[in-house]
Amino acid sequence: MTARKFFSSPWRVLGYAVLVVITLLWLVPFITAVLTSLRTNDDIMLRGFLALPKTITINSFVEAWKRGGLSKYLPNSFIITIPSLILTLFLSSLSAYALARFRFTGNRLIFFLYVGGTMLPFQVLMLPVFRLTDALGLYDTYWGLIGIHTAFQLGFCTFLLRNYMRTVPGEILESARIDGCGEFRIWWQIMMPLTLPAIAALATLEFTWIFNDYLWAIVLLRSDALKPVTAGLATLQGQYVMDWTVIVAGALLATVPTVLVFIFLQRYFIEGLTLGATKG
Amino acid sequence: MVRRQTLSKLTPYLFLIVPLVIYLVWVIGPMFYTFYLSLTDWDGLIDPHFIGLRNYQRLFKDPVFYTSLENNLKWIASFITVPVVVGLALAMALNHSIPGEKFFKASFYSPLVLSLVVSGLIWSWMYHPANGLINSVLRQVGLDALAKGWLSSENLVMWAIIAVAIWRQAGYVMVLYLAGLQGVDPGLVDASKVDGCNGWQTFRHVIFPLLAPITVIVVVISIIDSLRAFDLVSVMTRGGPYNSSSVLANFMYIEAFNNYKMGYGAAISVILFLISAVFIFIYLYRVLQTEMEY
Repeated sequence: MTARKFFSSPWRVLGYAVLVVITLLWLVPFITAVLTSLRTNDDIMLRGFLALPKTITINSFVEAWKRGGLSKYLPNSFIITIPSLILTLFLSSLSAYALARFRFTGNRLIFFLYVGGTMLPFQVLMLPVFRLTDALGLYDTYWGLIGIHTAFQLGFCTFLLRNYMRTVPGEILESARIDGCGEFRIWWQIMMPLTLPAIAALATLEFTWIFNDYLWAIVLLRSDALKPVTAGLATLQGQYVMDWTVIVAGALLATVPTVLVFIFLQRYFIEGLTLGATKG
Repeated sequence: MVRRQTLSKLTPYLFLIVPLVIYLVWVIGPMFYTFYLSLTDWDGLIDPHFIGLRNYQRLFKDPVFYTSLENNLKWIASFITVPVVVGLALAMALNHSIPGEKFFKASFYSPLVLSLVVSGLIWSWMYHPANGLINSVLRQVGLDALAKGWLSSENLVMWAIIAVAIWRQAGYVMVLYLAGLQGVDPGLVDASKVDGCNGWQTFRHVIFPLLAPITVIVVVISIIDSLRAFDLVSVMTRGGPYNSSSVLANFMYIEAFNNYKMGYGAAISVILFLISAVFIFIYLYRVLQTEMEY
């Protein structure tokens, strides 16, 4: 529809105006954050938030990055997120294939364990997992976090991939089977390529979720040097109690990776979100 | 031949074994172990001793427990109304191609990309009593009386935090409804218009009923998310002032990891689990229903 035709009715113009106002209100936190991070704390304290800034500076970003520790927290987030993501996608594609393509005792029960587990409040797992990592010598290491992320996200990933794999026509797999293809080759060479769109959507979503985790990071890590950026920001907040420009600049820096993912992979991100809820 | 058959019977289990063992050890097992821990005096250091139901007896007398429960209920009540209405309205508005559609959609999705920690920090700053955006604007337009200590007032703090959660959730609900609207047959909508329905009537009697399955999912997910609420409270107030913004998840964390009453913390998680379980079962039941349609 052309803009001119769209705005032909006054009600439409009014409705559109309301939409614009609401959208701008929704963006206020982002605008506030960017404007704050570019000012100095003194400037805001002395002249008020609404005053025009006297100086524009990126010092707060430098401060948050260097002394605030973002330069170590952000890489930590990647060190935790990437292996968790790869492991959980790989393992869930195995279990999803079994659940989608084979009839066997316990199929539905296992499926429901995965789906139900997805919904558990983390608090229900927290103390035993804390004890488990301690017993395995994984407490206060990256691997403890990688372990719980991989395991917990298996539920959602299996659920989603299994539903997707069920939509692949059986004839393709059957003809491969007749040609004498082993099951693992069918899974890897035929099913996996066909499942790629779902895996892409899932990977985008899971990256954001694991990257943004805060609770497990504060439960399973103690050393400041290992903390991912979410837990790091909480430390930063304690360190710069009054210096909001540095805290906000840190928060913005922490957001860069997920925002980049969102900008470039928005379609997959949204697909992942909807796949999860509407197929269920 | 027999060997081949047993082998093919084993195949699904071969695929499942590794992920399932990991899942059982890290997720399902711990769930049950929490029940056991809730019956002990575990403090995180020495081995847990069985003490029966004493943690629960204490819990049911603890005023913070009731405050937390009430706050979770406030959270649920807000979550199944405000973001659902806003999200549905946005989905209805953005379901047609309108100028700037992509920009609008991206604006409402964007809070979903931020971690709750980041959202909590940015909003804490906006709520700042002296220099935050909200009070600055209120004072600027002469509404000084409305410029409150949003996070320091016991009556306001919970709502101030829930507002942040709503800001984030509305976009998610919109995404779900937009997907649902894709499945609405345009023929039915046209037919209702031919029959003389106005826009509202078409929505009320045709579109909304067709979206019912999505609405059920949205409501169930919203309730479960409300019960999981932790990060925002932890970052913005730690449950304060005087526990007025405590929610069960946060109450549990503080008792277990700050006060080292891990057995007591486990008892809180069990209660949290029992409340969640009701909704998890509703959700599983819906999944089962769609399974039958295959």
